[in-house]
Amino acid sequence: MKLLTHNMLTSHVRGVRPGGGFPLRIQATEVKVNSVDFNQEFVARMIPKVEWGALVEAAESLGHLSDLPPQLPPEYQSNEDFLRKVHHVLLEVEVMEGVLKCPDSGREFPITKGIPNMLLSEEET
Amino acid sequence: MSRLATLQIYTAHAHPLAEGRAWRPWAMMIPTPRHQHVRPHGPFSEVYEPAEDTFLLLDALEKDAAQIREARCELRRAGRSSEKPVSSQWEQPVGKQRGLTSHCNRVPVTGLLPRLNGKVDLLLFNPPYVVTPSEEVESHGIEAAWAGGKNGREVMDRLFPLVPDLLSKGGLFYLVTIKENNPDDILETMKKYGLRGIRVLSRQAGRETLTILKFSKF
Repeated sequence: MKLLTHNMLTSHVRGVRPGGGFPLRIQATEVKVNSVDFNQEFVARMIPKVEWGALVEAAESLGHLSDLPPQLPPEYQSNEDFLRKVHHVLLEVEVMEGVLKCPDSGREFPITKGIPNMLLSEEET
Repeated sequence: MSRLATLQIYTAHAHPLAEGRAWRPWAMMIPTPRHQHVRPHGPFSEVYEPAEDTFLLLDALEKDAAQIREARCELRRAGRSSEKPVSSQWEQPVGKQRGLTSHCNRVPVTGLLPRLNGKVDLLLFNPPYVVTPSEEVESHGIEAAWAGGKNGREVMDRLFPLVPDLLSKGGLFYLVTIKENNPDDILETMKKYGLRGIRVLSRQAGRETLTILKFSKF
């Protein structure tokens, strides 16, 4: 699970407060760093779709903050150095094993072989 | 591309072609996606290998590559280690996997809503489209990867109402269908959701008459 994926996932367990299922807390037992080709334009376009605070928090929790600032810097579209750091955190850091924990309900979603399983049982939906 | 997720939401991805595909006059010949990892001895041995349906979808994407780029979807070839799409289950292997497919069949994309509303530039869905008894749709076995229930429509019909919310302005939705799904009826249904659709490509593959449909907002 890339942190880009993590940034998009929300818990929908029954009874969760509106907006309470995001961001999921990551408890990783195995994290891998893969090399991915850098595409500056792509990263610059993805940033507006990303919840910045959640990304920084997730990166920090994995020990891969990579100097990301707490606030999005102005004029970032042309800041290659900054975009490379975001690229690294979004696409290269990968959680292979662990769990995602719903911040509201505490429900845990397993991550196996890099794939988060957000499946809920009938009773939970 | 992956059937694992059955559904892939691309905001950027690797996209490429596979061997054994029809001659395409428009083709720029994008390389074959790697799918070694879904072979019997690969790490995702429960995922089966891509077949004609997947290849037709890839052909449709390649045919439309210019338009997709224009829609700012960043159709991009990734190299070396990352010949995988970057999407929600976008790290996922080519093929179909049991557990997650049945997951998606039951609760399509709710884990991504409302977070992704209006943010999806390219939505690809190669659904379980085979006509089967309805019970098989909810199965946890491998058949959940293809079981579409009545008219093969039971799973895809659940996604359709969500599509207009997910798509960004200018976003595109590609869907794999067979004749039994009644593509004409799907085109009509989607109109009600504010989506205009066309047939991109069709191909006969054994018993299946496959058609790729493409939708965008009016």
